Amino acid sequence: MRLEDLGEAVAGCTRTVEYLPGEYLLRVGAPADECFLIEQGRVALEVHAPARPPEVLLTLGPGDLVGLSWILPPYRWACDARAVQPVRVVAIDARRVRERCDADPRLGYHLLQGVLRAAIDRLQATRLQHLDVYRDPTS
Amino acid sequence: MSAAPEATWVPRRYRVDAVRPELNDTVSLELAPAAGEAPAFEPGQFNMLYAFGIGEAAISLSGDPADRARLVHTVRAVGPVSRALAGLAVGASVGVRGPFGAGWPMSAARGRDLVLIAGGLGLAPLRPALLRVLADRAHYGRVAVLAGMRTPREVLFRAPLATWQGRTDLEVEVTVDRGDADWSGHVGVVTHLIPQLELDPRKATAFVCGPEVMMRHTAERLLTVGLEPTQLFVSMERNMKCAIGLCGHCQFGSAFVCKDGPVLRFDRIARALAVREL
Ligand SMILES: Cc1cc2nc3c(=O)[nH]c(=O)nc-3n(C[C@H](O)[C@H](O)[C@H](O)COP(=O)(O)OP(=O)(O)OC[C@H]3O[C@@H](n4cnc5c(N)ncnc54)[C@H](O)[C@@H]3O)c2cc1C
Ligand code: FES
Repeated sequence: MRLEDLGEAVAGCTRTVEYLPGEYLLRVGAPADECFLIEQGRVALEVHAPARPPEVLLTLGPGDLVGLSWILPPYRWACDARAVQPVRVVAIDARRVRERCDADPRLGYHLLQGVLRAAIDRLQATRLQHLDVYRDPTS
Repeated sequence: MSAAPEATWVPRRYRVDAVRPELNDTVSLELAPAAGEAPAFEPGQFNMLYAFGIGEAAISLSGDPADRARLVHTVRAVGPVSRALAGLAVGASVGVRGPFGAGWPMSAARGRDLVLIAGGLGLAPLRPALLRVLADRAHYGRVAVLAGMRTPREVLFRAPLATWQGRTDLEVEVTVDRGDADWSGHVGVVTHLIPQLELDPRKATAFVCGPEVMMRHTAERLLTVGLEPTQLFVSMERNMKCAIGLCGHCQFGSAFVCKDGPVLRFDRIARALAVREL
């Protein structure tokens, strides 16, 4: 997606941020106050389970939105997001955007459509991933 | 280009010249004709390989179409015939009928941007297309290869992929459904990489090969980014017997996959592809 796909709600609420490989953009459970649109580089969405190495669920690249949980209460991240390459993102001030959307539902509706599109694409991809289509057909 | 009449019915004897293990259950066989040259083939075509005493299976050509000294086939052991083929040793004999079918539209794609999208073993029938493009590189625009694999250990054609990734005139991205601790590449399905290419849909042609459900999702994604359905080609698989359009075994909608395909233009099969169990 492009920033424009989120509509006027995000205008003036952005800044450019860079991350080095290994740095975290999001941490599970932390307040979801800022989300990110990747301009350059790759980011891994990870889940951690006790006594196991972190598992990468999905990697995101240019045009992908990092972080969806900022749109709904309790506004806390559901997984970690780690830069795997040097990454440049547009950081979006989620608190301000939410306030604007609360004040102007028209802006909010447009923004929700953009975020929902990203969420649906990700859901479809996860379903396909879950189907495990390349496994041995006889197993 | 189809097989000469005698090559359609009677298997020709070939010798296994080399066996290259690719994955746990997959090998590439280099086959040399017992006499003379191997027949010319078009990228995307297949042969019927006969494991003597066991049976025949349709297997795509996966080698260089410019190489007339040998045929290369990449076989995944899933049943009696493919297991027998994958178990052949150097020096063994194998019967070959073909080449059969309609391949990738290489000439029509000349002058255009080309994106090759493979899922798992689907990279095998796309490899000759890429080798043909590389031999004629100046006549194509942007060329991208997107390959989706199951895990890092199950990346088919790892060495050639690494070589292609090193070229400046190719964009090559490999993604896996499940990563591991040593994998720093993409994780996720291959369709996720499509928007990142930022294709110019007016100039792009796509060749797609992989499991049917992967091809369906890939096609949807390509159409969403604006690709014309007439510029989208998929390679279909159906059980084959005669391979020459006589027995009807491979019928898919109104098409016979062995003769009209295996490579079919998406708009011609989109409706049939949406029908369950067809
Ligand atoms: C045009 C064409 C090109 C092909 N190219 C190749 C190739 O390059 N390499 C290769 O290894 N195979 C290829 N195949 C597939 C191959 O022909 C079949 O897998 C064939 O059925 C193998 O015969 P078999 O006797 O070993 O297994 P079978 O007894 O026919 O099948 C064994 C089991 O595997 C399942 N099965 C078979 N094939 C598939 C499949 N493709 N996907 C999911 N499940 C399957 C069957 O349902 C069955 O349960 C191609 C098929 C076509 C039509
Ligand atoms: S395999 Fe006989 S018609 Fe296609």
